[in-house]
Amino acid sequence: MITTSTPAATQRPIRLFRNKAAKIAAIPMILTAVVVFMGGTIWTIVFSFTKSKLLPKANFIGLDQYDRLWSSSKWGIAIENLLIYGICSLIFSLVIGFVLAALLDQKIRFENTFRSIMLYPFALSFIVTGLVWQWILNPDFGIQKVVRSMGWESFSFDPLNNQEIVIYGILIAGLWQGTGLIMCLMLAGLRGIDEDIWKAARVDGIPAWKTYIFIVIPMMRAVFVTTLVIIASGIVKLYDLVVAQTSGGPGIASEVPAKYVYDAMFLSQNLGQGFAGSTMMLLAVLIVLIPWAYMEFGGRQRD
Amino acid sequence: MTDATTLATRPVASTGLVDGPRGGKPKRAISPRNVFIYGTLLLVSIYYLLPLYVMIVTSLKGMPEIRLGNIFAPPVEITFEPWVKAWATACTGLNCEGLSRGFWNSVRITIPSVVLSIAIASVNGYALANWRFKGADVFFTILIFGAFIPYQVMLYPIVILLRELGIYGTLWGLSLVHTIFGMPILTLLFRNYFTTVPEELFKAARVDGAGFWGIYFKIMLPMSLPIFVVAIIIQITGIWNDFLFGVVYTKPDVYPMTVQLNNIVNSVQGVKEYNVNMAATIITGLVPLFIYFVSGKLFVRGIAAGAVKG
Repeated sequence: MITTSTPAATQRPIRLFRNKAAKIAAIPMILTAVVVFMGGTIWTIVFSFTKSKLLPKANFIGLDQYDRLWSSSKWGIAIENLLIYGICSLIFSLVIGFVLAALLDQKIRFENTFRSIMLYPFALSFIVTGLVWQWILNPDFGIQKVVRSMGWESFSFDPLNNQEIVIYGILIAGLWQGTGLIMCLMLAGLRGIDEDIWKAARVDGIPAWKTYIFIVIPMMRAVFVTTLVIIASGIVKLYDLVVAQTSGGPGIASEVPAKYVYDAMFLSQNLGQGFAGSTMMLLAVLIVLIPWAYMEFGGRQRD
Repeated sequence: MTDATTLATRPVASTGLVDGPRGGKPKRAISPRNVFIYGTLLLVSIYYLLPLYVMIVTSLKGMPEIRLGNIFAPPVEITFEPWVKAWATACTGLNCEGLSRGFWNSVRITIPSVVLSIAIASVNGYALANWRFKGADVFFTILIFGAFIPYQVMLYPIVILLRELGIYGTLWGLSLVHTIFGMPILTLLFRNYFTTVPEELFKAARVDGAGFWGIYFKIMLPMSLPIFVVAIIIQITGIWNDFLFGVVYTKPDVYPMTVQLNNIVNSVQGVKEYNVNMAATIITGLVPLFIYFVSGKLFVRGIAAGAVKG
């Protein structure tokens, strides 16, 4: 591994041993990056073209697994759910996160208390989050029952047992857990805006909301882009929350790709489908990641 | 790519939240503006606190009271029975030892994972920041990109890897997995921190004859205790809250707490005991909540740096 990192080694063998301690210290990183991350990814992609069932076997069948994947209704529902969840979660997280950050940035009292309250769900796991919201949304005991017992008998709010809206029930829990983080990132961004901008805007008599929309938000481009990448890479990983809250139900109405992959690999002994599904997930991430990396770093050269 | 990775976290990591507020000018105590701001913030706070409140009150009620009452009502008769049951006798399948088993499994997974991942990543970050060698940046870039790859892509190859090593299904196997997936964020954290240590200090130590390890243990380590605390916070909460790796890489008798909790609550057999379920849920959340409330600002710093982990 180290030899490849120093191509000059063949001419001047001593170079390989220069800085030896640092190279030894970097071995775990090199192994992780090359063997696990790169090796593992390539392995999965290669085996997604095989007929592997219970065990990985190298009998290649071209794109058959992908054909089956995209003709499976479970995968279709999973993708549809991920799109709905993803788009809603992006929009709501950004809007709620920014509005909360802007409210906290008004030189208010108890700022730390409010921030602690909004951020604490982020410390909890998706399993805990999912189970709490499963309980609150329980039709026989939760919000629906409370509102009905207050006299509104026909009130109906049972997202977790309704195939049409179950993904929004998961979205409520996901937003509860994650918006605090976005608020914190946005707040850090707002604090990075020069005070003089605000003074100048006030001198010119521009109302605060206009200053936010036309001056502050464009200036926070970098923060928004970073936040967007964070939210997006989190969305693709959506798994624990669904398992805890609905186990993919009712029926298969709240399946998501990560769960499809897990089920195929470890429950239904259908490794090929799992590999194909995870490769599609990788593809989705790359579609988001590559333009971002290009935009952020493409112009700049290594120094 | 060197400053690319620094930039990736700069907007959140270095600005921090310690500067003063920069909004409008403070005005009279009761104005429509203040009523609006505090009113909104209070409503939002209720929304965020509600689930915690519901968890606590539900876990303190008896089942008859839950069936008749309102989930938002405080308990009429406080009982700690559900907590005891959740901890000691709740069942998952045939095993009726309660959550305590999962708790101790999680402790035994978290401690070695935290120690191992931080030891390796801090030395690695130090090597990257202060002892740069040719090619290091290439591996570092791959490592950071690895943080964005969906775990599902690497799940099965790691199963094979652990099986070859003979630690598949054991606590050590899971600890290794946590160490691997903690590498990108921790290395980034330490590398960025060590880069800010003045170079003169480093050069002076070299002139005095200190080597790689000497400088690490005598200068870098004592200087960077806060960043170690941040790393510990990131790792404990992350590993404690993990579910996917626990369920994939361990067997039922070594399941971590989150997996066991899910099995207890979502088990299909038997009568649902919601109070026990909620007690179990709180108990599982206590460790990260404790860390969150004790660490305060450091947690914010940790998640700002750790946010890349997604």
